[in-house]
Amino acid sequence: MLRIDNISKTFNPGTVNEKTALDRLSLHLAPGDFATIIGSNGAGKSTLLNAVAGSFFVDSGSITLGGEDVTFTPNHRRSRVIGRLFQDPLRGTAPSLTIEENLALAYLRSSEGTAPLSRIRKKDKEFFAEQLKLLGMGLEDRMRQPVGLLSGGQRQALTLLMATLVTPRLLLLDEHTAALDPATAEKVLELTRAIVAEHHITCLMVTHNMRQALDLGSRTLMMADGRIVLDVSGQERAGMTVDDLLRRFKKDTGHDLDNDRILLSD
Amino acid sequence: MGSILLISQTALELGFQYALVAMALFLSYRILDIADLTTDGSFVLGAAVSVTVTAAGHPVLAIPAAMLAGACAGFVTAFLQTRMGVPSILAGIITNTGLYTVNLMAMGWKSSASLMKKDTVFSLAKGLFGGASFWVQWHELILSAAVTILAGVLLYLFLGTRLGLSIRATGDNRDMVRASSVNPTFTITVGLCMANALTGLSGAVVGQYQRTVDMGSGTGIVVIGLACLIIGETVVGRRGMGRGVIAVMVGSVIYRFIYAIVFYTKVVPVDCLKLLTAAVVALAIAAPTIKAGAGFHKRKLAALRKGDR
Repeated sequence: MLRIDNISKTFNPGTVNEKTALDRLSLHLAPGDFATIIGSNGAGKSTLLNAVAGSFFVDSGSITLGGEDVTFTPNHRRSRVIGRLFQDPLRGTAPSLTIEENLALAYLRSSEGTAPLSRIRKKDKEFFAEQLKLLGMGLEDRMRQPVGLLSGGQRQALTLLMATLVTPRLLLLDEHTAALDPATAEKVLELTRAIVAEHHITCLMVTHNMRQALDLGSRTLMMADGRIVLDVSGQERAGMTVDDLLRRFKKDTGHDLDNDRILLSD
Repeated sequence: MGSILLISQTALELGFQYALVAMALFLSYRILDIADLTTDGSFVLGAAVSVTVTAAGHPVLAIPAAMLAGACAGFVTAFLQTRMGVPSILAGIITNTGLYTVNLMAMGWKSSASLMKKDTVFSLAKGLFGGASFWVQWHELILSAAVTILAGVLLYLFLGTRLGLSIRATGDNRDMVRASSVNPTFTITVGLCMANALTGLSGAVVGQYQRTVDMGSGTGIVVIGLACLIIGETVVGRRGMGRGVIAVMVGSVIYRFIYAIVFYTKVVPVDCLKLLTAAVVALAIAAPTIKAGAGFHKRKLAALRKGDR
């Protein structure tokens, strides 16, 4: 589904702030793969997601999505087939538009009903209400309220729904529960798990929670210095504990995992 | 008594005609969150095109022509800021400066143009309904109101479409627009073209109504438009698109009434009105900051006083 070949990205080349964020990184995700990514501060986790989403173009290498080369495709076009959630729950929704209007925008990614001068149809509204009901937050009764009135957790759940309303080829999750309180985070994570499983969505998720990195999905990747240094799945991953993972990291990279957020989380 | 009626009638007519500028600013400033300084120039451009085309004998054609000219001006500003990386305010100022020459050109290289005895949309409309006296007296107001209300209804309907929603989301959260597979460059361009088409329409109607246009007629119109928008929102409220569209009309009419009162009672010299308008707009836009600052000082003083005890 996703094939990344040897991509590199250097920020601020030729200055004192030069930083090689991605260094000849390659990764292949099969359809339905759900990979979690963990790594030190500045290892390039978010940069990798940005590269895949098209927030910038890579310096070298290529990115193929569902057999289509998207290396030079601008991000608004890639978003037709890529759903994305950020850590900041405010980034995925437009606050002054209503829930219904936000969903209608997300629905623009579908192939039908995208004529620029068409209005939201009754059929669409019913579909939106049905989908909102699945979140179990009572949002289906508040469809005409501006999204700015919702809590962070509700907005993130809505963003998740918007990102998957039209089933994407790839879902990118960038620590999307990190800014939520523990109970809400758990709820959003549960929804993520359910939606991804139901639609067999290929998924790439950055997390700082080691336990989550092993529990969720089918594959765990560890990044350091712009490369993937560890890639475990299947049997090997099934029996792994957080301590095993840390030990493997040290063995492969020669230094301890250094991420203040990881060490502080459960 | 008769003169009060006449003054009110004129204020209403001008209110509706200039409301289109406030409507344009509602779209660019309130919805897209872009201070579009093209407005002054595209108002004169609309008026100049309208007067020139009317002088050539096509008063009706003059209206869409003026709107198209305004849209082109908006496109230039949008192109500069979305494709060329020019900061949005500067993009407007650059286009506005360039428009000075274009406007002179549109008036035949003179600093003003007038229509004398030529037919305008107003004089054509006057002959309708067999010249009934009611119609003859009120046709200018009815026509001005009809044009503005029609534009307002169309704008309102447009803002409910998928493209309209994308434009509204652009001013709110550009990341989210991109995530919906829409290019914000496109929505900003469409929005600014539409806003300047509305400004051009305002210029076109005013130009034919006054039968004249001069280079200075657009000066400060962007601030006056903002004043109308702010007055209207204060009276009508801000929630919802429908309310916004009504607010600009109400605000514009109120502004023209204030103008008329100042003009006839001379409570302040008319020449001071622009300074007054500028101060009102600056204060209204600064209000949230002033309020926050005042609140902070109050807390600081209270904390200091407590510390003394």
